Amino acid sequence: MAKNHRVIELDEVVVKFAGDSGDGMQLTGTQFSDTSAFVGNDLSTFPDYPSEIRAPQGTIAGVSGFQVHIGHKEVSTPGDQADVLVAMNPAALKANMKWVKDGATIIIDIDNFDNKHYKKAGFEEDPLHDGSLEGFNVVKAPISLLSRDVAMANGLDSKGADMTRNQFVAGLLYWLFNRDIKIGEDFLKKKFKSKPDVVKANIAVLQEGYNYAETIEALSTTYHVDPVKGKKGLFRNITGNQATAWGLLAAAEKAGLELFLGSYPITPATEILQEIAKRKHLGAIAFQAEDEIAGISSAIGASFAGKLACTTTSGPGLALKGEAIGLAVITELPLVIVDVQRGGPSTGLPTKTEQSDLLQALYGRNGESPCIVIAASSPANCFNYAYEAAKLSLEHMTPVILLTDGYLANGSELWKIPYMKDMPAIKLQKVKDNDPDYQPYRRDPERLNRFWAIPGQPGLRHRVGGLEKEDVTGVVSHDPMNHQIMVELRDKKVQKVVDYIPDQKVIGPAEGDLLVVGWGGTYGALVSAVKDLQEEGKSVALAQFNYLNPLPGNTAEVLSGYKKILVCELNLGQFATYLRSKHPQYEYLQYNKVQGLPLFISELKVKINEVLNSIK
Amino acid sequence: MAHNFEPVEVSTKEDFKLDGPVKWCAGCGGHAVLNSVKSVLPETGIDKEKVVFVSGIGCSSRFPYYINSYGFHSMHGRANPIASGIKISNPNLSVWIVTGDGDSMAIGGNHFIHTIRRNINVNILLFNNKIYGLTKGQYSPTTPKGSVTKSSPDGTIENAFMPGELTMGAQGTFFARTVDSDPKMMREVFRAAADHKGTSVVEILLNCVIFANQVHKDITGKDVREDHQIYLEHGKPMIFGKDRNKGLMMKGDKMEVVTIGENGVTEDDLIIHNTKDVDDTNHYRLVRMGLPEYPVAMGVIRAIESEVFESQMYDQVQHARENAKIKTMDELLHSGNVFESKG
Repeated sequence: MAKNHRVIELDEVVVKFAGDSGDGMQLTGTQFSDTSAFVGNDLSTFPDYPSEIRAPQGTIAGVSGFQVHIGHKEVSTPGDQADVLVAMNPAALKANMKWVKDGATIIIDIDNFDNKHYKKAGFEEDPLHDGSLEGFNVVKAPISLLSRDVAMANGLDSKGADMTRNQFVAGLLYWLFNRDIKIGEDFLKKKFKSKPDVVKANIAVLQEGYNYAETIEALSTTYHVDPVKGKKGLFRNITGNQATAWGLLAAAEKAGLELFLGSYPITPATEILQEIAKRKHLGAIAFQAEDEIAGISSAIGASFAGKLACTTTSGPGLALKGEAIGLAVITELPLVIVDVQRGGPSTGLPTKTEQSDLLQALYGRNGESPCIVIAASSPANCFNYAYEAAKLSLEHMTPVILLTDGYLANGSELWKIPYMKDMPAIKLQKVKDNDPDYQPYRRDPERLNRFWAIPGQPGLRHRVGGLEKEDVTGVVSHDPMNHQIMVELRDKKVQKVVDYIPDQKVIGPAEGDLLVVGWGGTYGALVSAVKDLQEEGKSVALAQFNYLNPLPGNTAEVLSGYKKILVCELNLGQFATYLRSKHPQYEYLQYNKVQGLPLFISELKVKINEVLNSIK
Repeated sequence: MAHNFEPVEVSTKEDFKLDGPVKWCAGCGGHAVLNSVKSVLPETGIDKEKVVFVSGIGCSSRFPYYINSYGFHSMHGRANPIASGIKISNPNLSVWIVTGDGDSMAIGGNHFIHTIRRNINVNILLFNNKIYGLTKGQYSPTTPKGSVTKSSPDGTIENAFMPGELTMGAQGTFFARTVDSDPKMMREVFRAAADHKGTSVVEILLNCVIFANQVHKDITGKDVREDHQIYLEHGKPMIFGKDRNKGLMMKGDKMEVVTIGENGVTEDDLIIHNTKDVDDTNHYRLVRMGLPEYPVAMGVIRAIESEVFESQMYDQVQHARENAKIKTMDELLHSGNVFESKG
């Protein structure tokens, strides 16, 4: 196809789709992401949606968004601000005005820009004529009208026709980014496999959008993003929740166990339950329990019975599971607890991200109740850390809490597909049938774990439970000195894990002016900010922690190399507090944000520069 | 026999004996229950290595420490979900839950009804002494209204739960009632519970010598028990009484106590007990009967056939394994939208 227009090569671009909850923005976003992956771009995505399923149409509360960052260069966040914004109505425009770059292209559905919609969105003036869009390339497309006409001409009724609007938008973007429209058509054929009439109408609307873009002058400049450099092999686009589920499944296969998930639906963790429920063909069982407590309790039962047992939840659920985690600690059974963190306290911000469960994960139980705590730091590495959580739990015979967050869970990125042969082996701590020396609380001398004797195994009948047990024999004991010994053993067992985890890595020089410290899901923004500043010649490094309890063995050494330490996190300073208690010899500056939003590269650079300037 | 495991080696009562003290109070009904359970287990033909006792918290819940089997003494109220996880993970195990009126009617009430609703093949022995014993004498959800206890000095103002009603309300497939003072009845009922496929609930009217002594004496007292209890057996007429001359008869839509030989009533007029009646109307009537109008119903009240949760779960697993194209993790990882990058 011949194009008489200017094509600009870009290293990276951020596109945001925004509309009503029912406008299909998540679908269009996914379609655009998959297409980008197909043509070889690196990518990172983030959906942003309200906690109501269908909030009132046309209002700010009802705006659902999906942001995609694609690149020829490597991308590690969905981007602070968009180069292209699609706003399906005035509310979507209003809600996103501060998230677009100066000079951005803003595509609006002009059919929804009328006084009725302005009023719903809370605009006092007509934003198209009050000068507030000056400096932007605004494309006013009759999206609703043209979509409806084309879809109805292709046999849909008016309700079905209105649902094709998102494909008009997709068509526009295929033009804008010089993409082969056939990829979009294939996506639709797959998506609506069983509904050929829907496929036909949607493809017609997609083409209409593409042709419209080709015709109008406002889009005479288009863009091209080359395939990413330096990434070779087979890739897929994966969300954090899917990666978490797959990491658990992979660990089960590697360990030769079946996976048991006992869980209760909770935003933003539910997709893990749904994904594992689909995997019966791999022997996995998902038990949807009557509540959070039953979820973890069933998993503890499954662990006692010899399964790789997991439970998945978010902050409020972790609170409910606290007593049961203590039971897994004292019975010394393997158990993976995944906490997909969200804004709190209480119900808080169910669909928004936060890192405020750290201290709950570390300390939120009665008694001395240590858990291994680790955190994933990108959507794709949720796979690796879920796998690692299972491995540590099975090998050290103790519960592991894996922290992810809403941002990782729902966000996605391009992931190089691993092979199972390359995943580390998992060594089970099982007991041989009829072992004459078996004692329930006899320990491995190195790791200090007890061993796993499973009901049904001959000659190993024993009893476990929440009452304190006598060292070695496992008989109920209220002896004072025995309790001291057992509390210390359980703690030491967890601290011993330090010998089995990697050292903390630093991105940047081992010594310098400033060490930026983060943990878990903030990695993308922190690494982008720090690398940008390193390129500007600043003496700054990043230590992003994945292992939280125990901390890596070289933590003190890492922290010692800099004039200042700045701990950045999405809470009021929980990791900083923890570091102060573990390594009080250092001073920790803090950057804290609790807005339900991820960290932005721009705000981090401002803060880091401020600290760097204070050093000179 | 109806249970779903293969006998491997015949167990004896001795096999389940555990060294060490049983720390219930002298005179506690728990001792008699423990003894009856140990007697019954060998009769069920189960391999001793496949028996698991799970409990929550409370006096009843110390049970796993007193029997030589795999055992799990867990959290207050949570025996049901823990046992569910065990049974679903390995349906070949014989899983027994020992719980009490605090553990399963109060803090674990939710789990109790949901376990029953799913019909997981476990046996629930519910020690009902109508009091919190381990915390020393507060009223429980089964304490009769008006009772004076340490936490109800002026008498309780709450209606009491009946475990049988909750079981039925949760679509229970098996409910039986027995008393701690009748070992023969306990053995018969426990055996029936073990043989039942699905969640078996056995309410054991149990005496707490310390905090609710003689709470069941109107039912279990030697002088009154034959007139105040009716022992129900499937297929047999509902007869009771010292002289075996009383019975239950339908009059209109009500069950009534009648005397054989009076007003022309013969044994043929009595209701024949049908544990297998899917319609639970009569089972409700039997469960609710209480003194002084009625005798208290004992024995197996309801035992109907129905699909159990874990069998259906594994049917789905097997079907998925046989029909899915994806058999391994590597295949899953490479399924769907995979893109090749030439870098």
